[in-house]
Amino acid sequence: MSRAGETLEQVFREEYGRIIATLIRISGSFDLAEEALQEAFISAASKWELEGLPNSPGAWLTTVAHRRLLDAIRRNRTHTDKETQIAFEATRLQPHVEPELDDAMEYPDDRLRLIFTCCHPSLTRETQVALTLRTLGGLTTTEIAHAFLLPEPTLAQRLVRAKQKIRLARIPYEIPPVDRIADRLSAVQAVIYLIFNEGYAASAGQNLIRNDLCAEAIRLGRVLCELLPDEPENLGLLALMLLQDSRRDARVNDDGELVTLEEQDRTRWDAREIAEGVNLVQRALRLRRVGIYQLQAAIAAVHAEAQTAAETDWRQIVALYEELLRFTASPIVALNHAAAVAMSEGFERGLGLIEAADENGALQNYYLFHASRADLLRRLHRYDEATVAYKTALSLTTNQVEQNYIRRRVTEIDISHKKAQTTQKI
Amino acid sequence: MKYMLLIYHDEQSWSAINETERQQIYSDYRKLREELLARGQFVTGSQLQPISTATSVRVRDGKELVTDGPFAETHEQLGGYFLVEAENLDEATSIAARIPSAKTGTIEVRPLVETAAPASA
Repeated sequence: MSRAGETLEQVFREEYGRIIATLIRISGSFDLAEEALQEAFISAASKWELEGLPNSPGAWLTTVAHRRLLDAIRRNRTHTDKETQIAFEATRLQPHVEPELDDAMEYPDDRLRLIFTCCHPSLTRETQVALTLRTLGGLTTTEIAHAFLLPEPTLAQRLVRAKQKIRLARIPYEIPPVDRIADRLSAVQAVIYLIFNEGYAASAGQNLIRNDLCAEAIRLGRVLCELLPDEPENLGLLALMLLQDSRRDARVNDDGELVTLEEQDRTRWDAREIAEGVNLVQRALRLRRVGIYQLQAAIAAVHAEAQTAAETDWRQIVALYEELLRFTASPIVALNHAAAVAMSEGFERGLGLIEAADENGALQNYYLFHASRADLLRRLHRYDEATVAYKTALSLTTNQVEQNYIRRRVTEIDISHKKAQTTQKI
Repeated sequence: MKYMLLIYHDEQSWSAINETERQQIYSDYRKLREELLARGQFVTGSQLQPISTATSVRVRDGKELVTDGPFAETHEQLGGYFLVEAENLDEATSIAARIPSAKTGTIEVRPLVETAAPASA
């Protein structure tokens, strides 16, 4: 790829969200903004090749896209004067002078408005995710459909409907007022973490981890920290994602099999991500407004700081889970707490807590409930029960890597169980 | 921009509450209405008679079919509406959240299709 091509690619990833956010503010229209930016990228591809790179490629693109946008609005205005959609858009158009191709031209950062609009509660979570990836992340419809294993027309239609709703129901394009920002921000964080998790533990398909989604979520997490750096949960979320991502290479072995935290080769953990993550957790905790992401990040940091699995400070992890349980009554957190107790206070006690976590049967369809229970039963040498639990877990996951992991455990039990029986006979 | 706020509630529990409570709710409704009027956001609104008074009309092949009952049987019934003027969806949902029945029922917020209004544009 030529230097211009490479720069374009890089600018595209880094600047897409910022530029599109500005264009949406100016036009009030997601579609017009997307078209204008698309055209600007096309013209950059040919122009930069011929004339060399501008000093500030991002500003160059913004200016050209801005001009294309104004042209499009003017065209639309003459064509469909009666249509209120355009009337609405035109009223939001700021007074302007024809932009010069000045590299130094400054545009305010509108990404925060964009994030809040994409994650507006009147859109479903799936739509919030798709819209965030499409507009803020600049992923194509094809890429998003592929990442979530959805047919492309389904995803495309979801985006069309969302943009239509934003326009027709007039979902505001603004940073929410103080009394709403906390709720709205937690929706934004949830969307980013959902993108990360979909990448980290892909719910279906052959690969356990989809790095593209993890990388995108981390990038969005950085944007959020950059825009609202004094929100400790933003820092906590970024820290959590970095610390989980640091274990990526160790989590799957060369045969594509799942490796548990306990069995991972810790030299394969990414030291740079760990350092950044730990640093972020500490910065967040100093702000003294603890929350679920900070606590989960702190737990991940305790794991990250243990040189070997045996050195893990399980007491501290148990304490952090107890704190986390005060924020969320989630049975999944209760399950993780139980697993930590098993490691620090004994398998028997952990098993009791795991079974208590499922008091209302809320975890019966959760693969990890059965897998964790099976794991403790195995450690307690209750092999028959462990096998039954592993098999239930197997029936509840569609991820092939997770399925293979469980099958391997069942086989191991078969072998050691038989060995135990043979020994008894002798 | 105009938004229709459709008030859905469970008619049975509405008829089950006592008179004091009912009067309190009506008074809360009046208060909201007056506030919206004062701010120029109230267009119109009313409570509806219960679903048992509903009649459905269809015209098929030029023939008028009049039948008893609502368009669809639902868990919660349309019991009233507000038509309000709001800047955007957030403002409309804020008003909806203050409708007394939001505490027990559901308010559906629907933007109106805006036709070109030469005078106001």
